[in-house]
Amino acid sequence: MASRSPSTPPHRDGLSRRGFIGRTGAVVAGTAAASAPLDTARAAPQSAPAQQGENLVAVALTVNGRSVRLMADPRWTLLDTLRERLSLTGTKKGCDRGQCGACTVHVEGRRVLSCLTLTASVDGEHVTTVEGLSDGEHLHPMQRAFIAHDGFQCGYCTSGQIMSAVALVGEGHADTDDDIKEYMSGNICRCGAYPFIRDAIKDAREEMR
Amino acid sequence: MHAYDFAAPRSIRSAIDRAGGESAYLAGGTTLVDLMKLEVMTPSRVVDINRLPLKGIRVDGNGLRLGALERMSDVARHPGVRSRYPVVAQALELSASQQLRNMASMGGNLLQRTRCGYFRDTSTPCNKRLPGSGCAALTGENRTHAILGTSDSCVATHPSDVAVALVALDAQVELYGPHGRRSLPLGDFYRLPGNTPHLENHLLPRELITGITVPSLSWARHSGYLKVRDRQSYEFALTSAAVALDVSGGVVREARVAVGGVGTRPWRLPAVEQALVGRRTTEAAYEQAVAHAADGARPLAHNAFKPELLRRTLVRALTTVGEL
Ligand SMILES: Cc1cc2nc3c(=O)[nH]c(=O)nc-3n(C[C@H](O)[C@H](O)[C@H](O)COP(=O)(O)OP(=O)(O)OC[C@H]3O[C@@H](n4cnc5c(N)ncnc54)[C@H](O)[C@@H]3O)c2cc1C
Ligand code: FES
Ligand code: FES
Repeated sequence: MASRSPSTPPHRDGLSRRGFIGRTGAVVAGTAAASAPLDTARAAPQSAPAQQGENLVAVALTVNGRSVRLMADPRWTLLDTLRERLSLTGTKKGCDRGQCGACTVHVEGRRVLSCLTLTASVDGEHVTTVEGLSDGEHLHPMQRAFIAHDGFQCGYCTSGQIMSAVALVGEGHADTDDDIKEYMSGNICRCGAYPFIRDAIKDAREEMR
Repeated sequence: MHAYDFAAPRSIRSAIDRAGGESAYLAGGTTLVDLMKLEVMTPSRVVDINRLPLKGIRVDGNGLRLGALERMSDVARHPGVRSRYPVVAQALELSASQQLRNMASMGGNLLQRTRCGYFRDTSTPCNKRLPGSGCAALTGENRTHAILGTSDSCVATHPSDVAVALVALDAQVELYGPHGRRSLPLGDFYRLPGNTPHLENHLLPRELITGITVPSLSWARHSGYLKVRDRQSYEFALTSAAVALDVSGGVVREARVAVGGVGTRPWRLPAVEQALVGRRTTEAAYEQAVAHAADGARPLAHNAFKPELLRRTLVRALTTVGEL
């Protein structure tokens, strides 16, 4: 199990990186030592390559309009970085395997699954999460429509549904009920709020035009 | 996840230089990251190829060319692809979800791994994942598994939809590696499992897929993809059919037919293509032409329904395309 825990970034208020590095050292000793130099701009410090954690990657992102710089373990997914490092817990982890859509965010304006996106691979890009949709206290039309139409029960899938729905309208895939069903199929709702989600989308799409 | 180091080169040359040993290229990551989490794939280095100049969609008199890093969603909505090669656009749109299609690349799609539950579960035997360990699917849960091209070592289905469409259209894969560039017919790119199911294709170590080409075929405008699955969307195929027909005066002059969900690799059906030539475009005629489509199939305990489902899938796909 020790080999699994470091795949998730430590919470910024929790474990320090040093503690985290210490706990995981044994796993990687051979790997990093065998590596040739990485591309300069993205390279991790190479002074002590045999030590786990020394192959961290410098990543600069814009998240909800804010610049963020961090040293990321190459294994961290964008989902874990958002939740554990940046305390943006609006984005949810459902399956962690690309099968449910709960983790949907926008990267460069496109909806993607943050659970299958490596943080290191979105260096330099713009990320929008559900926290970035509203304008201060003023909710996005899609957020208001979800509330007005009861587009949820437990709410666990909701931020993913909303991020997907906002992108859906932008893609031009929200014109018919059939299109909405088909192009929202990547967002599973275990509570079965689908008809209300569809109503919310139809409502919001008018306002978004 | 096992630890790995990470590189994001900007040129093809340096990507190939960075690769080697236990490295893996990263495109959309929708297969790789998933399988790294499951510890089915355990590369010691991940080489991110997303900054390489491998984009571009070209539709012209020579046919179609897709850069390996084009995303499934962008190819699916391209007007030229939609009008001239609808079977490709449809196979893509019926794959995965919009989020996944926004991430997943065409090159990665061709190299995605089987969805066999035993391949994905490191606590069970699997000859594809761990050669010599056995095949748990032979006697286990095998409803979704293959019936064509299987062996006693492996019955895993090839999961890609668009590869089925591309095989039907005689697509080629363009490759670039330490020894230069070459290209292969996609149909020959995939291997049958035999007793080496861990060898899935003819990609050489460090070699990159740089693009996919489809030769010009005017009647590919009359093509389509039908996918039959347990739910209407966001699911892999139980059976699928990619069909293109050249019809004149209600008679088939030429046909292209390949099927998915049933083979250990995308499965072209040349005998069905032959049997279609000269037939009228009626359901009865299609039924005769596809009567032997599943000859040689080896159904398993839970998928004996597949040969019949496959024939019916073909008849419906042919009927739809024949009416275009
Ligand atoms: C929930 C879910 C549902 C899905 N449903 C479907 C479906 O219905 N139909 C379907 O067809 N697919 C489906 N998929 C699979 C999806 O289409 C593939 O995962 C995707 O196409 C892989 O592309 P990628 O760019 O993300 O590849 P990656 O994950 O980045 O790479 C996949 C493999 O290819 C290698 N690779 C990638 N690009 C290159 C290159 N240019 N040269 C050499 N090697 C390369 C990588 O090293 C890796 O081994 C589904 C996936 C998920 C998670
Ligand atoms: S958590 Fe990403 S798709 Fe389920
Ligand atoms: S509201 Fe409960 S999962 Fe969708």
